[in-house]
Amino acid sequence: MNKQSNDKHAVAERINAGLARRHAVERLFRCTGLLALLLGLTFLCALFFSIISKGYTAFQQTYIQLEIDFDEQKLDPAGERIYEVLSTADYGGLVKQSLRTAFPAVTSRQEQRLLYDLVSFGAAYHLRDRILADPALIGQISRVWVPASDDVDMLIKGYIKRDVPEAERRLRDVQLAWLDTLETEARLSLQFNTAFFTSGDSREPELAGIWGALMGSILTLAVTLALSFPIGVATAVYLEEFAPRNRWSDLIEVNINNLAAVPSIVFGLLGLAVFINFMSFPRSAPLVGGLVLTLMTLPTIIIASRAALRAVPPSIREAALGVGASKMQTVFFHVLPLALPGMLTGTIIGMAQALGETAPLLMIGMVAFIVDIPSSIFEPATVLPVQIFLWADSPERAFIERTSAAIMVLLGFLIAMNALAVILRKKLERRW
Amino acid sequence: MQIFILLFILAAMTVISFYLGRQRALTVAGGNVAALNSLPGYYGYYMALWCGIPALFILMFWLFFESAIVAGIVVTSLPDAFTTLPEQQLNLVLNEIVNLAKENISAGQVSSEITAAAQLYNQIQTVSSGLLFALVVTLGAGGAAFAWNRIHVQQRARNKVERTVLIFLMICSTIAIFTTLGIVLSVLFEAMRFFQMVPLTDFLLGLEWSPQTAIRSDQIGSSGAFGAVPLFAGTLLVSVIAMTVAAPLGLMTAIYLSEYASPAIRARSKPLLEILAGIPTVVYGFFAALTVAPLVRGWGESLGLSVSSESALAAGVVMGIMIIPFVSSLSDDAINAVPQSLRDGAYALGATQSETIKKVIIPAALPGIAGGVLLAVSRAIGETMIVVMAAGLAANLTANPLESVTTVTVQIVTLLVGDQEFDSPKTLAAFALGLVLFAVTLTLNVIALYIVRKYREQYE
Repeated sequence: MNKQSNDKHAVAERINAGLARRHAVERLFRCTGLLALLLGLTFLCALFFSIISKGYTAFQQTYIQLEIDFDEQKLDPAGERIYEVLSTADYGGLVKQSLRTAFPAVTSRQEQRLLYDLVSFGAAYHLRDRILADPALIGQISRVWVPASDDVDMLIKGYIKRDVPEAERRLRDVQLAWLDTLETEARLSLQFNTAFFTSGDSREPELAGIWGALMGSILTLAVTLALSFPIGVATAVYLEEFAPRNRWSDLIEVNINNLAAVPSIVFGLLGLAVFINFMSFPRSAPLVGGLVLTLMTLPTIIIASRAALRAVPPSIREAALGVGASKMQTVFFHVLPLALPGMLTGTIIGMAQALGETAPLLMIGMVAFIVDIPSSIFEPATVLPVQIFLWADSPERAFIERTSAAIMVLLGFLIAMNALAVILRKKLERRW
Repeated sequence: MQIFILLFILAAMTVISFYLGRQRALTVAGGNVAALNSLPGYYGYYMALWCGIPALFILMFWLFFESAIVAGIVVTSLPDAFTTLPEQQLNLVLNEIVNLAKENISAGQVSSEITAAAQLYNQIQTVSSGLLFALVVTLGAGGAAFAWNRIHVQQRARNKVERTVLIFLMICSTIAIFTTLGIVLSVLFEAMRFFQMVPLTDFLLGLEWSPQTAIRSDQIGSSGAFGAVPLFAGTLLVSVIAMTVAAPLGLMTAIYLSEYASPAIRARSKPLLEILAGIPTVVYGFFAALTVAPLVRGWGESLGLSVSSESALAAGVVMGIMIIPFVSSLSDDAINAVPQSLRDGAYALGATQSETIKKVIIPAALPGIAGGVLLAVSRAIGETMIVVMAAGLAANLTANPLESVTTVTVQIVTLLVGDQEFDSPKTLAAFALGLVLFAVTLTLNVIALYIVRKYREQYE
């Protein structure tokens, strides 16, 4: 009896001796877990911070106010106001003229060229559009805000430092002096960058916009949605409601599960070999992009739709069959409407994936440099992620902020789509 | 555009047939709907299907063969000087004709034969579209009339419509199989052509990769080298770096979230982590190239190491960050599938929580976790944009993470982006690499899914 209690005592002592160490290990383990979680969230924050801090300045653009003399002799000597004459007139000359009158002290050719470099060559198009919109301006002198060149823009935004030696700077000291003059006259200002949202791609950062890529994305997604939603739902309905359990339906299931994990670039190879090389569809067209993305998003939609169908309780089916509906009527009039919110949620998530996808679209030639805004699914186009990829490769400093801004727009769309999916799930999905 | 008009007309005809069919059924029944075999609407669908489907089939058939047949007729009309040309030159001539016919190019110095052929092409095209138009409309109307005649009281319209819908559903469900088949065949077919030019052993075992083939045979480096080992090594290196970041972080996150965290923290931080998985890879690529790579380089240089500006480390780490939520959600599933009774048993023996996790839960969840990690590896191998933007193009055979390496996916992209001819080994090499990529990821997926499924059965 005594011996036993002694033993108990000894065991308890042994346990107690190790307890402090074991609890320390416990705390350490727990902290490691927390650290891992926090590290993951830190990465997320770092990513967002890095993108936003680089990109928010792109929503503004430096403009220079010029006093333009819309001289009738230069623009339209015949005075006929014909479109062809007005659209081909020498607007660049007007810009240069105005710069020369603003800085009469600049006389040498070399300095004049430096002076012209302050203004984007897109300024000429700007003036042309104004004249075409309102030919009554001809013969008048008016003050016009025109975009500054990307180097000036970078200087104003502080990316080009004034204190580095002149040889390492993209802007010369004289140019800085001119800019200071303009600034003191309040003819240099940062304004909202509408061109970024309304124009297509350009080699000049100050003229480049995302509208072309956004249209391309919309057209591509339209094709994807139009094909993948009906096909995905039909497949899910067949597999879940009609397919007999046999080898064939097992094969389909295995295929769908595997396709969900195939690298996206392989779908690009498929698109290149089948749609472009074999069927000779037009290269770079949203049609082909949409087809490839359809094949890619189908597994996502099918899997989500099947889960939604499975969530509909059997009692619904039994009730419909009980009052004499056929199998097809049961599925289409009773089960499908109840499963639709879940299917839509899955489809939106699939579309969000498709919107962010880049690699397969590179394969089918959607990386071309396209200035025009695409208006149909057969025209060459590019999409937002590919535009980001293209800009990220550009050497100009000003493209970094534009790339980040384009990423912010893309992430905005993705977050909106995912939020929509979450809301839809919360509002419409019924728990049984 | 004409096709769209035709499709629109066909759609309109189909809609009209639906209403006509329904009306016809009501007339046949003499107002007594109960006498009909099916609901009146089914007779409408029946007639609409007969109107639309045959016409649509013919339309697709026609469009598929039209260009080949028209080209054939145009070629036979050409003088003998052209028809005896080798096939490739003949195709060029044909292209010229088509371009001229569509007025895509300015008719500069074109021979009279080609102008004549272009005119012929236009004529045939007009005739063809006229014929197609007539055929489709007639077939649509004919099908509708046929169905109209067959509508009677005992017509089992519902069964027929439902059978058609079922066939449509079945066809849709086979698309997954056709996609897999398409991938395998297209990649395999092009890869076989590549292996006719470059022996398989050279490709799989060669140590040198420089796919630039020269145009002239006397140029330097005229024969491209297609040894893919440096690419496999590079892919492996980047994937290993990614997994050393993602596996511990993902697993520890999953353990913390499922075992320690309060429900409130779990509910908030899980969706936040999922955001990491939803960010497009091109964004990660930009982040890797512009933020992480300079950081890595700066750190390396402050330690006195020489770091390449496109180091494998930067690409690997960012890829690891991307995969964290993937590993963590799969591990989370595996850990949650471990029955509570195992935990209770361990606690009853006096184990602390971390001892329970390390000695009981992780071993029990190991197959599921391993499956998840394998799936993550397959993802890392197939990941493209991050490495395209942040890893290099030079095929270095190295295990140093600070040097620049290239991967299989990067090479596929660089070989195929831009204009290329389809029969050079350079282009076909991309398909051979694609075949390897597809085979490896498929194997990993199959193994991972097998492990996960087998493990799940244990506790159910």
